[in-house]
Amino acid sequence: MRKLALTDEILLKIDKPARYIGGEINSIMKDRERVDIRFAMCFPDVYEIGMSHLGIQILYDMLNKFEDTWCERVYSPWMDLDEIMRKEQIPLFALESQDPVKEFDFLGITLQYEMCYTNILQVLDLSGIPIFAKERTWEDAIVIGGGPCVYNPEPIAPFFDLFYIGEGETMYRQLFDLYKEAKKAGKSREEFLIEAGKLPGIYAPAFYETTYHEDGTIADFYPVRPELPGKIMKEMVRDLSDTFYPEKPVVPFIRVTQDRVVLEIQRGCIRGCRFCQAGQLYRPVRERSLEFLKERAVVMLKATGHEEISLSSLSSSDFSKLPEFIDYLIEECRKRHVNISLPSLRIDAFSLDVMSKVQDVKKSSLTFAPEAGTQRMRNVINKGLTEEVILNGAKLAFEGGWNKVKLYFMLGLPTETEEDVKGIALLSNEIAKLYYETVPKEKRNGKVQITASTSFFIPKPFTPFQWAPMCTKEQFLDKAHTVKTAVLEQLNKKSIKYNWHEADVSVLEGILARGDRKVADVIYMAYKKGCIYDAWGEYYKHDIWMECFDACGLSVDFYTTRERSLDEKFPWDFIDCGVTKEFLKREWERALGEEVTPNCKMACQGCGAARFGTGICFEERKDAP
Amino acid sequence: MKYRIKFSKYGSMIFIGHLDMMRYFQKAIRRAEIPIAYSTGFSPHQIMSFAAPLGVGLYSGGEYLDIEVTEELSTAYMKEALNRTMAEGVEILSVKALPENAENAMASVAAAGYFIKIREGHEPDFRFGEGFDDFFTQPAIPYEKETKKSRKLLDLKEGIYDYTVTEDGIRLLVNASSSGNIKPGMIMDAYYAYLGKKPAEFDFVVTREETYTKNAEGRFISLDEVGRDI
Repeated sequence: MRKLALTDEILLKIDKPARYIGGEINSIMKDRERVDIRFAMCFPDVYEIGMSHLGIQILYDMLNKFEDTWCERVYSPWMDLDEIMRKEQIPLFALESQDPVKEFDFLGITLQYEMCYTNILQVLDLSGIPIFAKERTWEDAIVIGGGPCVYNPEPIAPFFDLFYIGEGETMYRQLFDLYKEAKKAGKSREEFLIEAGKLPGIYAPAFYETTYHEDGTIADFYPVRPELPGKIMKEMVRDLSDTFYPEKPVVPFIRVTQDRVVLEIQRGCIRGCRFCQAGQLYRPVRERSLEFLKERAVVMLKATGHEEISLSSLSSSDFSKLPEFIDYLIEECRKRHVNISLPSLRIDAFSLDVMSKVQDVKKSSLTFAPEAGTQRMRNVINKGLTEEVILNGAKLAFEGGWNKVKLYFMLGLPTETEEDVKGIALLSNEIAKLYYETVPKEKRNGKVQITASTSFFIPKPFTPFQWAPMCTKEQFLDKAHTVKTAVLEQLNKKSIKYNWHEADVSVLEGILARGDRKVADVIYMAYKKGCIYDAWGEYYKHDIWMECFDACGLSVDFYTTRERSLDEKFPWDFIDCGVTKEFLKREWERALGEEVTPNCKMACQGCGAARFGTGICFEERKDAP
Repeated sequence: MKYRIKFSKYGSMIFIGHLDMMRYFQKAIRRAEIPIAYSTGFSPHQIMSFAAPLGVGLYSGGEYLDIEVTEELSTAYMKEALNRTMAEGVEILSVKALPENAENAMASVAAAGYFIKIREGHEPDFRFGEGFDDFFTQPAIPYEKETKKSRKLLDLKEGIYDYTVTEDGIRLLVNASSSGNIKPGMIMDAYYAYLGKKPAEFDFVVTREETYTKNAEGRFISLDEVGRDI
């Protein structure tokens, strides 16, 4: 039987001990003596969040299919255990073997959001791995980062040996072979890292240098080793129906955020919303085949016993085989008493019909993401959703018995005026009004409930808005106040509930998202002063972060509110994500001109992703005369 | 068609609480493709009921749950199908078919057998079982039970049906019915108080060895003796 790393007494003292015991159904045990590569795959947040992440499930499955590799999982210990581990000097361990992470060959850390950066340092620290890569030796695991935040890895570059840029399915095998060779040939750690840095998609940050202009912007960024590339192209899966995808995902003992089978139906998005980073990073759109999806849905349900299946994609309604696949799923799931959850569906007659078949209309609410309150603003962000479409969808839904509507908006978008901000309240009111006009009194099931939520817009790398200035905290809060006041002026104010996000945390996210390597010192200092779990409101310590920026001599405004010139060199410019900087510039200018750009299905915009020779770009060309 | 499943809980599974065990079995039954019956209504759920919740940290060799299935399966098949999909730390010990008129698992619980030993590193400065005979020969064992709402004075002696002091611990047979459930911790509190001592947190390792019901003659029989193999 497995021996646990923590004593029974500790496990009985802390909250949710099941986070730390491993042994879940479908978790993989191997003989540690019979593998060459031990890989610790870490999601630097609490178990329930980390276990809900599809990307890790895909990589866990793939790496364990390699016979010479044992991939295990690691999550951030929650605050209660963190304290005990520090006090009693218990090293961080992987869930499967319960062995210390320090003994592993690789520690892979997925970077899903900027607010987990201090948790990376927590994981390294608790593992007993030097926080700074330059202090590590062959005794320490190779620390490699992946996930969407590696598209600007510079703020955390000093903490990593390598970054894997792009989709994880393609390059690990070659990386491991290189590692085994290096170990066998008695090469130094540095020699191995340089060799790795020559692989496609792999970035070895220690061998790159940045020089700065006097104003703090980047003058030059270059490899100090001539054999390393100056530009790194993202890795990408060409055929999503012929690649790794788990048949037996791990089934947690405790309830996690995503407690269901998750089936990724396609990757990428045709829409090109100008604020959205994922929409650019995962271009071009690639669909999985119907045969693949049908087979995998059943296999995964059988292997997990989950009672719900969810379809995952950036915009499910754009999946060309959706009606056929949903018909199949409804039939299969009815037999098995399995629920179907369909996030990211556009509200129209088709989706309402599907939802009324798979959900309890009385309980469920409808979600619209207009993102902005006026048509002008929606044109700027290229959100192709018109007020007419929203109101039509809402009308159909009200007729179908729904009376709860969630609306998502952003505040602080480029060029935003007071009219745009107030438009959020006006649109919410229009939808409420529509309910009372559509549904006769005797058929109403109480008041309509409109929940309007706003988040604060944060410009992200590789989006047309990467040049845009971000609002200050005060501007954000003023805007939220304007919406709040405007909601109270509406006739249907009693049917509208308005929520807004914290502004402090948005400011920090903005800095980290477009930060450079200098920001790493601030992250280290903040961690040393006790910042951790910054994504969790109750633990976020804004004052300490701001003090650390001051102490490191860095200006918050430089990273957030400053308007970047079109010829500025960005910290992430050495990465080629497929979409060209010229295209993004063109889109930025069109945004300022309030011009809408057609989506990939309507017409190719020449974004650059066609270079990959696959997905929607390829399909269109094939069909063209 | 009703079946009663007996399972053990050990190893790292002792850290999984009762509600999560219920979810665990719901998923296990789907994986084993047991044709379980579902309730009707808006959100149908599996027809399944547990005998007695087991606290986090306790081991067990005698946990029970009843399920209803829509077609008759052999008990041996069900036991094997479930064992094939168990996590380390849960073993299906028996599956029995229940007579149509059987009382449900929870209502039929009358008593439970526990074995209590000292946790390693928590050894007391006296021989653990030594004073238990004297303790039990008291005419009554008063115990004040505190709940969220009230305080209640109990006589534990009425609920302790049998006990044996062994080399390494104390074995108890106690009332586990819904009206008079006694937890091993209550007895240890009273026992230590009698010795003029107070147990510390985590002093004991507790195993529920069996769960009993009362048969027509008033004798305690384990819950699975009610059913039969088919």
